[in-house]
Amino acid sequence: MSEYINIFNVILRRDLILAFRDKTDFINSLFFFIIVITLFPLSFGTKSTIVNEIIPGMIWISALLATCLTLETIFRSDFEDGSIEQLTLSRYPLTLLVSAKIFAHWITFGIPLIIISLLMGILLSLSNEIIMALFITLILGTPILSLLGSVMVALTIGLRGGMLLNLLILPLSMPVLIFSTVAIQNAASNQSMIAEVYFLAGILVLTITLAPLATAAALRIRLS
Amino acid sequence: MILNNFFSMGGYAAYVWSAYGISFIVLFLNIFLAIRNERKTIDELKKIKE
Amino acid sequence: MYKWIHQFGSPKYFYDISLCLSKWVTIVCIVCFISGLYGGLVLAPADYQQGDSFRIIYVHVPAAWMSLFIYIVLAASGAISLIWHIKISDIIARVSAPIGASYTFLALSTGAIWGKPMWGTYWVWDARLTSELILLFLYLGYMALQSAFDDKRIAARAGAVLALIGIINIPIIHYSVEWWSTLHQGPTITKLDKPSIHFTMLIPLILMVIAFKTFYITTVLIKTRSEILKYECNSSWVKKILGN
Repeated sequence: MSEYINIFNVILRRDLILAFRDKTDFINSLFFFIIVITLFPLSFGTKSTIVNEIIPGMIWISALLATCLTLETIFRSDFEDGSIEQLTLSRYPLTLLVSAKIFAHWITFGIPLIIISLLMGILLSLSNEIIMALFITLILGTPILSLLGSVMVALTIGLRGGMLLNLLILPLSMPVLIFSTVAIQNAASNQSMIAEVYFLAGILVLTITLAPLATAAALRIRLS
Repeated sequence: MILNNFFSMGGYAAYVWSAYGISFIVLFLNIFLAIRNERKTIDELKKIKE
Repeated sequence: MYKWIHQFGSPKYFYDISLCLSKWVTIVCIVCFISGLYGGLVLAPADYQQGDSFRIIYVHVPAAWMSLFIYIVLAASGAISLIWHIKISDIIARVSAPIGASYTFLALSTGAIWGKPMWGTYWVWDARLTSELILLFLYLGYMALQSAFDDKRIAARAGAVLALIGIINIPIIHYSVEWWSTLHQGPTITKLDKPSIHFTMLIPLILMVIAFKTFYITTVLIKTRSEILKYECNSSWVKKILGN
Protein backbone atom coordinates (compact mmCIF):
# COMPACT_ATOMS: atom_id res chain seq x y z
CA MET A 1 0.00 0.00 0.00
CA SER A 2 2.70 2.46 0.99
CA GLU A 3 4.40 1.57 -2.25
CA TYR A 4 1.34 2.73 -4.15
CA ILE A 5 1.19 5.98 -2.22
CA ASN A 6 4.85 6.43 -3.02
CA ILE A 7 4.44 5.97 -6.74
CA PHE A 8 1.42 8.29 -6.68
CA ASN A 9 3.59 10.95 -5.07
CA VAL A 10 6.41 10.40 -7.54
CA ILE A 11 4.14 10.88 -10.55
CA LEU A 12 2.42 13.84 -8.93
CA ARG A 13 5.75 15.55 -8.18
CA ARG A 14 7.03 14.85 -11.69
CA ASP A 15 3.97 16.37 -13.33
CA LEU A 16 4.02 19.38 -11.05
CA ILE A 17 7.69 20.03 -11.82
CA LEU A 18 7.06 19.68 -15.54
CA ALA A 19 4.12 22.06 -15.30
CA PHE A 20 6.16 24.68 -13.44
CA ARG A 21 8.98 24.43 -15.97
CA ASP A 22 6.65 24.95 -18.89
CA LYS A 23 4.18 27.42 -17.53
CA THR A 24 3.05 29.02 -20.81
CA ASP A 25 -0.03 26.87 -21.37
CA PHE A 26 -1.42 27.36 -17.91
CA ILE A 27 -0.64 31.05 -17.73
CA ASN A 28 -2.11 31.68 -21.16
CA SER A 29 -5.31 29.89 -20.36
CA LEU A 30 -5.62 31.73 -17.04
CA PHE A 31 -5.17 34.98 -18.97
CA PHE A 32 -7.83 33.81 -21.38
CA PHE A 33 -10.10 33.22 -18.39
CA ILE A 34 -9.48 36.72 -17.01
CA ILE A 35 -9.95 38.39 -20.39
CA VAL A 36 -13.23 36.59 -21.09
CA ILE A 37 -14.56 37.64 -17.69
CA THR A 38 -13.60 41.26 -18.28
CA LEU A 39 -15.25 41.19 -21.70
CA PHE A 40 -18.66 40.29 -20.30
CA PRO A 41 -19.24 43.43 -18.17
CA LEU A 42 -18.04 45.49 -21.12
CA SER A 43 -20.76 44.04 -23.34
CA PHE A 44 -23.54 44.02 -20.73
CA GLY A 45 -22.83 47.27 -18.97
CA THR A 46 -22.29 47.28 -15.22
CA LYS A 47 -25.73 47.78 -13.74
CA SER A 48 -25.56 46.06 -10.41
CA THR A 49 -28.75 44.03 -10.87
CA ILE A 50 -27.52 42.48 -14.09
CA VAL A 51 -24.06 41.88 -12.68
CA ASN A 52 -25.32 39.87 -9.74
CA GLU A 53 -27.57 37.75 -11.94
CA ILE A 54 -25.34 37.10 -14.89
CA ILE A 55 -21.75 37.31 -13.69
CA PRO A 56 -21.63 34.06 -11.64
CA GLY A 57 -22.94 31.96 -14.51
CA MET A 58 -20.59 33.69 -16.87
CA ILE A 59 -17.62 33.06 -14.60
CA TRP A 60 -18.60 29.40 -14.71
CA ILE A 61 -18.81 29.32 -18.50
CA SER A 62 -15.42 31.00 -18.78
CA ALA A 63 -13.97 28.49 -16.32
CA LEU A 64 -15.38 25.66 -18.44
CA LEU A 65 -13.88 27.04 -21.64
CA ALA A 66 -10.53 27.79 -20.03
CA THR A 67 -10.41 24.24 -18.66
CA CYS A 68 -11.07 22.89 -22.14
CA LEU A 69 -8.01 24.79 -23.35
CA THR A 70 -5.69 23.20 -20.80
CA LEU A 71 -7.03 19.67 -20.71
CA GLU A 72 -4.77 18.45 -23.44
CA THR A 73 -1.70 19.18 -21.34
CA ILE A 74 -2.57 16.23 -19.07
CA PHE A 75 -1.21 13.78 -21.63
CA ARG A 76 0.21 15.79 -24.52
CA SER A 77 3.91 15.86 -23.57
CA ASP A 78 3.80 12.24 -22.39
CA PHE A 79 2.19 11.24 -25.64
CA GLU A 80 4.73 13.12 -27.72
CA ASP A 81 7.87 11.78 -26.01
CA GLY A 82 6.45 8.29 -25.57
CA SER A 83 6.60 8.21 -21.79
CA ILE A 84 2.91 7.31 -21.75
CA GLU A 85 3.87 3.92 -23.14
CA GLN A 86 6.31 3.49 -20.30
CA LEU A 87 3.51 4.21 -17.87
CA THR A 88 1.23 1.60 -19.41
CA LEU A 89 4.04 -0.93 -19.27
CA SER A 90 4.91 -0.27 -15.62
CA ARG A 91 3.98 -2.85 -13.02
CA TYR A 92 1.79 -0.40 -11.13
CA PRO A 93 -1.87 -0.07 -11.99
CA LEU A 94 -2.33 2.48 -14.74
CA THR A 95 -5.45 3.80 -12.99
CA LEU A 96 -3.31 4.97 -10.07
CA LEU A 97 -0.72 6.66 -12.28
CA VAL A 98 -3.41 8.35 -14.30
CA SER A 99 -5.19 9.66 -11.21
CA ALA A 100 -1.90 11.21 -10.05
CA LYS A 101 -1.65 13.00 -13.37
CA ILE A 102 -5.22 14.26 -13.16
CA PHE A 103 -4.64 15.47 -9.62
CA ALA A 104 -1.54 17.33 -10.79
CA HIS A 105 -3.59 18.99 -13.51
CA TRP A 106 -6.16 20.11 -10.98
CA ILE A 107 -3.47 21.52 -8.66
CA THR A 108 -1.74 23.44 -11.42
CA PHE A 109 -4.86 24.70 -13.12
CA GLY A 110 -7.93 24.23 -10.93
CA ILE A 111 -6.61 25.94 -7.81
CA PRO A 112 -5.29 29.09 -9.56
CA LEU A 113 -8.57 29.24 -11.44
CA ILE A 114 -10.56 29.18 -8.21
CA ILE A 115 -8.38 31.88 -6.64
CA ILE A 116 -8.61 34.10 -9.70
CA SER A 117 -12.36 33.75 -9.98
CA LEU A 118 -12.75 34.72 -6.32
CA LEU A 119 -10.61 37.78 -6.95
CA MET A 120 -12.63 38.61 -10.05
CA GLY A 121 -15.79 38.19 -7.98
CA ILE A 122 -14.54 40.80 -5.53
CA LEU A 123 -13.48 43.03 -8.41
CA LEU A 124 -16.97 42.81 -9.91
CA SER A 125 -18.40 43.59 -6.47
CA LEU A 126 -20.48 40.46 -6.11
CA SER A 127 -22.20 39.94 -2.79
CA ASN A 128 -20.51 37.79 -0.17
CA GLU A 129 -23.04 34.97 -0.44
CA ILE A 130 -22.46 34.71 -4.16
CA ILE A 131 -18.69 34.63 -3.75
CA MET A 132 -19.05 31.91 -1.14
CA ALA A 133 -21.34 29.89 -3.43
CA LEU A 134 -18.96 30.43 -6.33
CA PHE A 135 -16.10 29.13 -4.20
CA ILE A 136 -17.96 26.00 -3.10
CA THR A 137 -19.24 25.11 -6.57
CA LEU A 138 -15.87 25.73 -8.19
CA ILE A 139 -14.03 23.63 -5.64
CA LEU A 140 -16.45 20.75 -6.29
CA GLY A 141 -16.87 21.37 -10.00
CA THR A 142 -13.37 21.90 -11.38
CA PRO A 143 -12.11 18.44 -10.32
CA ILE A 144 -15.08 16.93 -12.15
CA LEU A 145 -14.07 18.82 -15.28
CA SER A 146 -10.46 17.64 -14.96
CA LEU A 147 -11.56 14.04 -14.44
CA LEU A 148 -14.12 13.93 -17.25
CA GLY A 149 -11.70 15.81 -19.47
CA SER A 150 -8.91 13.33 -18.87
CA VAL A 151 -11.04 10.53 -20.33
CA MET A 152 -11.82 12.58 -23.42
CA VAL A 153 -8.19 13.63 -23.79
CA ALA A 154 -7.10 10.01 -23.56
CA LEU A 155 -9.57 9.17 -26.31
CA THR A 156 -8.67 12.03 -28.63
CA ILE A 157 -5.01 12.89 -28.03
CA GLY A 158 -2.91 12.89 -31.15
CA LEU A 159 -5.90 12.73 -33.48
CA ARG A 160 -6.19 15.21 -36.28
CA GLY A 161 -8.51 18.09 -35.49
CA GLY A 162 -8.21 19.56 -32.02
CA MET A 163 -11.85 20.60 -31.86
CA LEU A 164 -13.00 17.05 -31.27
CA LEU A 165 -12.05 17.21 -27.59
CA ASN A 166 -14.30 20.23 -26.99
CA LEU A 167 -17.12 18.63 -28.93
CA LEU A 168 -17.00 15.62 -26.62
CA ILE A 169 -16.42 17.35 -23.30
CA LEU A 170 -18.94 20.19 -23.48
CA PRO A 171 -22.18 18.16 -23.58
CA LEU A 172 -20.95 15.89 -20.80
CA SER A 173 -19.98 18.79 -18.53
CA MET A 174 -23.42 20.32 -18.74
CA PRO A 175 -24.76 18.88 -15.44
CA VAL A 176 -21.87 20.46 -13.55
CA LEU A 177 -22.62 23.82 -15.13
CA ILE A 178 -26.33 23.59 -14.39
CA PHE A 179 -26.02 22.48 -10.77
CA SER A 180 -23.38 25.12 -10.07
CA THR A 181 -25.29 28.01 -11.56
CA VAL A 182 -28.54 26.95 -9.91
CA ALA A 183 -26.72 26.74 -6.57
CA ILE A 184 -25.28 30.22 -7.06
CA GLN A 185 -28.63 31.66 -8.06
CA ASN A 186 -30.23 30.14 -4.99
CA ALA A 187 -27.52 31.66 -2.85
CA ALA A 188 -28.10 35.01 -4.54
CA SER A 189 -31.78 34.92 -3.60
CA ASN A 190 -30.98 33.81 -0.04
CA GLN A 191 -32.30 30.28 -0.52
CA SER A 192 -30.65 27.07 0.53
CA MET A 193 -28.25 25.65 -2.05
CA ILE A 194 -27.48 22.50 -0.10
CA ALA A 195 -29.32 20.16 -2.51
CA GLU A 196 -27.29 21.25 -5.54
CA VAL A 197 -24.06 21.09 -3.56
CA TYR A 198 -24.86 17.53 -2.49
CA PHE A 199 -25.57 16.65 -6.10
CA LEU A 200 -22.26 18.12 -7.23
CA ALA A 201 -20.47 16.22 -4.49
CA GLY A 202 -22.20 13.05 -5.62
CA ILE A 203 -21.08 13.57 -9.21
CA LEU A 204 -17.57 14.30 -7.95
CA VAL A 205 -17.45 11.01 -6.05
CA LEU A 206 -18.78 9.15 -9.08
CA THR A 207 -16.21 10.66 -11.42
CA ILE A 208 -13.33 10.16 -8.97
CA THR A 209 -14.22 6.48 -8.88
CA LEU A 210 -14.90 5.87 -12.55
CA ALA A 211 -12.98 8.45 -14.59
CA PRO A 212 -9.43 7.18 -13.81
CA LEU A 213 -10.55 3.65 -14.74
CA ALA A 214 -12.05 4.90 -17.99
CA THR A 215 -8.96 7.00 -18.72
CA ALA A 216 -6.68 4.00 -18.20
CA ALA A 217 -8.90 1.87 -20.46
CA ALA A 218 -8.94 4.59 -23.11
CA LEU A 219 -5.14 4.93 -23.02
CA ARG A 220 -4.69 1.19 -23.41
CA ILE A 221 -7.05 1.21 -26.38
CA ARG A 222 -5.21 4.09 -27.99
CA LEU A 223 -1.82 2.43 -27.56
CA SER A 224 -2.90 -1.07 -28.56
CA MET B 1 -65.88 15.75 -48.26
CA ILE B 2 -64.60 13.17 -45.82
CA LEU B 3 -61.32 13.15 -47.65
CA ASN B 4 -61.21 16.91 -47.40
CA ASN B 5 -61.69 16.74 -43.64
CA PHE B 6 -58.96 14.18 -43.46
CA PHE B 7 -56.47 16.37 -45.27
CA SER B 8 -57.32 19.55 -43.39
CA MET B 9 -56.73 17.80 -40.02
CA GLY B 10 -59.07 20.12 -38.17
CA GLY B 11 -57.06 23.17 -39.12
CA TYR B 12 -53.71 21.70 -38.14
CA ALA B 13 -52.87 20.42 -41.61
CA ALA B 14 -49.60 22.34 -41.97
CA TYR B 15 -48.23 21.01 -38.69
CA VAL B 16 -49.40 17.42 -38.92
CA TRP B 17 -48.42 16.88 -42.53
CA SER B 18 -45.05 18.59 -42.20
CA ALA B 19 -44.24 16.41 -39.17
CA TYR B 20 -45.22 13.28 -41.10
CA GLY B 21 -43.36 14.54 -44.14
CA ILE B 22 -40.13 15.00 -42.22
CA SER B 23 -40.51 11.58 -40.64
CA PHE B 24 -41.08 10.01 -43.99
CA ILE B 25 -38.05 11.72 -45.52
CA VAL B 26 -35.75 10.76 -42.64
CA LEU B 27 -36.88 7.14 -42.56
CA PHE B 28 -36.73 6.88 -46.33
CA LEU B 29 -33.19 8.29 -46.41
CA ASN B 30 -32.13 5.80 -43.74
CA ILE B 31 -33.30 2.75 -45.64
CA PHE B 32 -32.40 4.12 -49.06
CA LEU B 33 -28.81 4.88 -48.09
CA ALA B 34 -28.48 1.48 -46.41
CA ILE B 35 -29.69 -0.40 -49.49
CA ARG B 36 -27.60 1.68 -51.87
CA ASN B 37 -24.55 1.11 -49.69
CA GLU B 38 -25.17 -2.65 -49.72
CA ARG B 39 -25.47 -2.75 -53.53
CA LYS B 40 -22.35 -0.66 -53.93
CA THR B 41 -20.39 -2.90 -51.59
CA ILE B 42 -21.43 -6.05 -53.42
CA ASP B 43 -20.64 -4.51 -56.81
CA GLU B 44 -17.23 -3.36 -55.65
CA LEU B 45 -16.36 -6.72 -54.13
CA LYS B 46 -17.42 -8.50 -57.31
CA LYS B 47 -15.24 -6.19 -59.36
CA ILE B 48 -12.27 -6.84 -57.09
CA LYS B 49 -12.85 -10.56 -57.37
CA GLU B 50 -12.77 -10.46 -61.13
CA MET C 1 -23.53 -18.94 -22.84
CA TYR C 2 -20.04 -17.98 -23.99
CA LYS C 3 -20.23 -20.49 -26.75
CA TRP C 4 -23.54 -19.09 -27.87
CA ILE C 5 -22.21 -15.54 -27.84
CA HIS C 6 -19.20 -16.49 -29.89
CA GLN C 7 -21.27 -18.45 -32.32
CA PHE C 8 -23.60 -15.51 -32.72
CA GLY C 9 -20.60 -13.27 -33.08
CA SER C 10 -19.13 -15.26 -35.94
CA PRO C 11 -19.70 -13.23 -39.09
CA LYS C 12 -20.94 -16.07 -41.26
CA TYR C 13 -23.46 -17.25 -38.70
CA PHE C 14 -24.70 -13.73 -38.19
CA TYR C 15 -24.97 -13.16 -41.92
CA ASP C 16 -27.11 -16.24 -42.44
CA ILE C 17 -29.31 -15.53 -39.43
CA SER C 18 -29.77 -11.90 -40.41
CA LEU C 19 -30.82 -12.77 -43.95
CA CYS C 20 -33.55 -15.00 -42.61
CA LEU C 21 -34.48 -12.55 -39.84
CA SER C 22 -34.54 -9.58 -42.18
CA LYS C 23 -37.45 -10.96 -44.17
CA TRP C 24 -39.74 -11.45 -41.17
CA VAL C 25 -38.79 -8.18 -39.52
CA THR C 26 -39.52 -6.29 -42.73
CA ILE C 27 -42.94 -7.89 -43.01
CA VAL C 28 -43.79 -7.02 -39.40
CA CYS C 29 -42.51 -3.50 -39.98
CA ILE C 30 -44.64 -2.90 -43.08
CA VAL C 31 -47.78 -4.34 -41.49
CA CYS C 32 -47.34 -2.29 -38.32
CA PHE C 33 -46.59 0.88 -40.28
CA ILE C 34 -49.67 0.65 -42.45
CA SER C 35 -52.05 -0.36 -39.69
CA GLY C 36 -50.49 2.12 -37.26
CA LEU C 37 -50.77 4.98 -39.72
CA TYR C 38 -54.34 4.06 -40.61
CA GLY C 39 -55.29 3.75 -36.97
CA GLY C 40 -53.53 6.92 -35.98
CA LEU C 41 -54.55 9.20 -38.81
CA VAL C 42 -58.03 7.92 -39.56
CA LEU C 43 -59.55 5.76 -36.84
CA ALA C 44 -58.34 7.53 -33.69
CA PRO C 45 -60.73 10.33 -32.66
CA ALA C 46 -59.41 13.88 -32.37
CA ASP C 47 -58.16 14.80 -28.92
CA TYR C 48 -60.67 16.97 -27.06
CA GLN C 49 -57.96 19.40 -25.99
CA GLN C 50 -55.44 19.35 -28.79
CA GLY C 51 -57.68 18.60 -31.74
CA ASP C 52 -56.11 16.81 -34.64
CA SER C 53 -52.61 18.09 -33.94
CA PHE C 54 -52.12 15.34 -31.36
CA ARG C 55 -51.69 12.93 -34.29
CA ILE C 56 -48.07 14.03 -34.45
CA ILE C 57 -47.65 11.80 -31.38
CA TYR C 58 -47.59 8.77 -33.68
CA VAL C 59 -44.25 9.76 -35.15
CA HIS C 60 -42.92 11.87 -32.31
CA VAL C 61 -43.09 9.43 -29.42
CA PRO C 62 -41.71 6.37 -31.27
CA ALA C 63 -38.82 8.48 -32.57
CA ALA C 64 -38.04 9.80 -29.10
CA TRP C 65 -38.16 6.34 -27.57
CA MET C 66 -35.96 4.94 -30.30
CA SER C 67 -33.42 7.73 -29.86
CA LEU C 68 -32.87 6.59 -26.27
CA PHE C 69 -33.09 2.91 -27.15
CA ILE C 70 -30.41 3.21 -29.84
CA TYR C 71 -28.09 4.98 -27.41
CA ILE C 72 -28.54 2.04 -25.04
CA VAL C 73 -27.71 -0.26 -27.96
CA LEU C 74 -24.53 1.74 -28.58
CA ALA C 75 -23.45 1.42 -24.95
CA ALA C 76 -24.43 -2.25 -24.65
CA SER C 77 -22.66 -3.30 -27.82
CA GLY C 78 -19.74 -1.14 -26.73
CA ALA C 79 -19.55 -3.08 -23.47
CA ILE C 80 -19.77 -6.37 -25.38
CA SER C 81 -16.98 -5.39 -27.73
CA LEU C 82 -14.77 -4.22 -24.84
CA ILE C 83 -15.30 -7.43 -22.87
CA TRP C 84 -15.51 -10.14 -25.53
CA HIS C 85 -13.93 -8.38 -28.53
CA ILE C 86 -16.75 -9.38 -30.83
CA LYS C 87 -16.53 -7.82 -34.24
CA ILE C 88 -20.26 -7.87 -34.92
CA SER C 89 -21.00 -5.66 -31.94
CA ASP C 90 -18.40 -3.15 -33.19
CA ILE C 91 -20.18 -3.04 -36.51
CA ILE C 92 -23.63 -2.75 -34.95
CA ALA C 93 -22.52 0.16 -32.78
CA ARG C 94 -20.93 1.96 -35.70
CA VAL C 95 -23.87 1.62 -38.08
CA SER C 96 -26.40 2.39 -35.34
CA ALA C 97 -24.97 5.80 -34.45
CA PRO C 98 -26.12 7.70 -37.56
CA ILE C 99 -29.54 6.05 -37.35
CA GLY C 100 -29.82 7.08 -33.72
CA ALA C 101 -28.80 10.62 -34.59
CA SER C 102 -31.43 10.75 -37.32
CA TYR C 103 -34.14 9.50 -34.93
CA THR C 104 -33.10 12.08 -32.37
CA PHE C 105 -33.30 14.77 -35.03
CA LEU C 106 -36.74 13.44 -35.95
CA ALA C 107 -37.94 13.55 -32.35
CA LEU C 108 -36.67 17.11 -31.97
CA SER C 109 -38.11 18.42 -35.21
CA THR C 110 -41.52 16.80 -34.88
CA GLY C 111 -41.61 18.00 -31.29
CA ALA C 112 -40.88 21.53 -32.44
CA ILE C 113 -43.62 21.34 -35.07
CA TRP C 114 -46.02 20.04 -32.44
CA GLY C 115 -44.97 22.74 -30.00
CA LYS C 116 -45.93 25.57 -32.32
CA PRO C 117 -49.74 25.08 -32.21
CA MET C 118 -49.75 23.78 -28.62
CA TRP C 119 -47.34 26.04 -26.77
CA GLY C 120 -47.23 28.86 -29.28
CA THR C 121 -43.50 28.47 -29.83
CA TYR C 122 -41.24 26.04 -31.59
CA TRP C 123 -38.79 25.66 -28.77
CA VAL C 124 -38.95 25.85 -25.00
CA TRP C 125 -36.00 25.25 -22.70
CA ASP C 126 -37.92 22.46 -21.10
CA ALA C 127 -36.20 19.55 -19.41
CA ARG C 128 -37.11 16.94 -21.99
CA LEU C 129 -36.31 19.09 -24.98
CA THR C 130 -32.95 20.17 -23.64
CA SER C 131 -31.82 16.69 -22.68
CA GLU C 132 -32.93 15.37 -26.07
CA LEU C 133 -30.83 18.09 -27.70
CA ILE C 134 -27.84 17.08 -25.59
CA LEU C 135 -28.47 13.49 -26.68
CA LEU C 136 -28.15 14.66 -30.28
CA PHE C 137 -24.80 16.28 -29.40
CA LEU C 138 -23.67 13.01 -27.78
CA TYR C 139 -24.52 11.13 -30.97
CA LEU C 140 -22.67 13.68 -33.10
CA GLY C 141 -19.65 13.50 -30.80
CA TYR C 142 -19.69 9.72 -31.03
CA MET C 143 -19.78 9.85 -34.82
CA ALA C 144 -17.03 12.47 -34.93
CA LEU C 145 -14.83 10.34 -32.70
CA GLN C 146 -15.45 7.27 -34.84
CA SER C 147 -14.55 9.06 -38.04
CA ALA C 148 -11.33 10.48 -36.55
CA PHE C 149 -9.68 7.06 -36.39
CA ASP C 150 -8.29 5.22 -39.38
CA ASP C 151 -8.17 1.86 -37.64
CA LYS C 152 -11.77 0.71 -37.30
CA ARG C 153 -11.05 -1.64 -34.42
CA ILE C 154 -9.56 1.11 -32.27
CA ALA C 155 -12.35 3.44 -33.35
CA ALA C 156 -14.95 0.96 -32.16
CA ARG C 157 -13.35 0.49 -28.76
CA ALA C 158 -12.76 4.20 -28.22
CA GLY C 159 -16.37 4.79 -29.16
CA ALA C 160 -17.39 2.11 -26.68
CA VAL C 161 -15.68 3.98 -23.82
CA LEU C 162 -17.40 7.20 -24.89
CA ALA C 163 -20.81 5.55 -25.18
CA LEU C 164 -20.49 3.98 -21.73
CA ILE C 165 -19.58 7.32 -20.16
CA GLY C 166 -22.46 8.89 -22.03
CA ILE C 167 -24.94 6.34 -20.75
CA ILE C 168 -23.92 7.04 -17.15
CA ASN C 169 -24.35 10.71 -17.89
CA ILE C 170 -27.77 10.53 -19.49
CA PRO C 171 -29.72 10.18 -16.22
CA ILE C 172 -27.55 12.85 -14.60
CA ILE C 173 -28.10 15.20 -17.52
CA HIS C 174 -31.81 14.49 -17.49
CA TYR C 175 -32.26 15.18 -13.79
CA SER C 176 -30.04 18.22 -13.76
CA VAL C 177 -32.01 19.72 -16.62
CA GLU C 178 -35.32 18.82 -15.05
CA TRP C 179 -34.35 20.46 -11.83
CA TRP C 180 -32.96 23.49 -13.54
CA SER C 181 -35.99 24.18 -15.69
CA THR C 182 -38.60 23.48 -13.02
CA LEU C 183 -36.84 25.98 -10.81
CA HIS C 184 -36.89 28.67 -13.43
CA GLN C 185 -40.14 28.24 -15.31
CA GLY C 186 -43.59 27.82 -14.00
CA PRO C 187 -45.32 24.58 -15.00
CA THR C 188 -46.96 26.29 -17.94
CA ILE C 189 -46.31 23.48 -20.35
CA THR C 190 -49.18 21.15 -20.86
CA LYS C 191 -47.80 17.71 -21.47
CA LEU C 192 -50.02 15.04 -22.89
CA ASP C 193 -52.46 13.82 -20.29
CA LYS C 194 -50.93 10.41 -19.98
CA PRO C 195 -53.26 8.60 -17.58
CA SER C 196 -56.43 9.01 -19.59
CA ILE C 197 -55.14 8.15 -23.04
CA HIS C 198 -57.89 6.34 -24.82
CA PHE C 199 -57.73 2.80 -26.10
CA THR C 200 -58.24 3.80 -29.75
CA MET C 201 -55.37 6.26 -29.44
CA LEU C 202 -53.08 3.88 -27.62
CA ILE C 203 -53.25 0.91 -30.01
CA PRO C 204 -51.94 2.85 -33.05
CA LEU C 205 -49.17 4.28 -30.84
CA ILE C 206 -48.04 0.81 -29.85
CA LEU C 207 -48.18 -0.28 -33.47
CA MET C 208 -46.07 2.69 -34.52
CA VAL C 209 -43.54 2.00 -31.77
CA ILE C 210 -43.18 -1.57 -33.04
CA ALA C 211 -42.95 -0.27 -36.59
CA PHE C 212 -40.13 2.16 -35.72
CA LYS C 213 -38.26 -0.51 -33.81
CA THR C 214 -38.49 -3.07 -36.58
CA PHE C 215 -37.56 -0.39 -39.08
CA TYR C 216 -34.42 0.29 -37.08
CA ILE C 217 -33.64 -3.43 -36.95
CA THR C 218 -34.11 -3.76 -40.71
CA THR C 219 -31.80 -0.85 -41.43
CA VAL C 220 -29.16 -2.09 -39.03
CA LEU C 221 -29.25 -5.58 -40.47
CA ILE C 222 -28.79 -4.31 -44.03
CA LYS C 223 -25.92 -2.05 -43.04
CA THR C 224 -24.31 -4.73 -40.89
CA ARG C 225 -24.44 -7.25 -43.72
CA SER C 226 -22.63 -4.97 -46.11
CA GLU C 227 -20.00 -4.19 -43.47
CA ILE C 228 -19.52 -7.91 -42.83
CA LEU C 229 -18.99 -8.51 -46.53
CA LYS C 230 -16.37 -5.76 -46.56
CA TYR C 231 -14.55 -7.19 -43.54
CA GLU C 232 -14.67 -10.79 -44.65
CA CYS C 233 -14.13 -10.25 -48.36
CA ASN C 234 -11.27 -12.73 -48.46
CA SER C 235 -13.00 -15.65 -46.78
CA SER C 236 -14.41 -18.49 -48.82
CA TRP C 237 -18.06 -18.13 -47.84
CA VAL C 238 -18.16 -14.53 -49.01
CA LYS C 239 -16.63 -15.53 -52.32
CA LYS C 240 -19.31 -18.14 -52.67
CA ILE C 241 -22.04 -15.57 -52.07
CA LEU C 242 -20.51 -13.15 -54.53
CA GLY C 243 -20.17 -15.91 -57.08
CA ASN C 244 -23.90 -16.40 -57.27
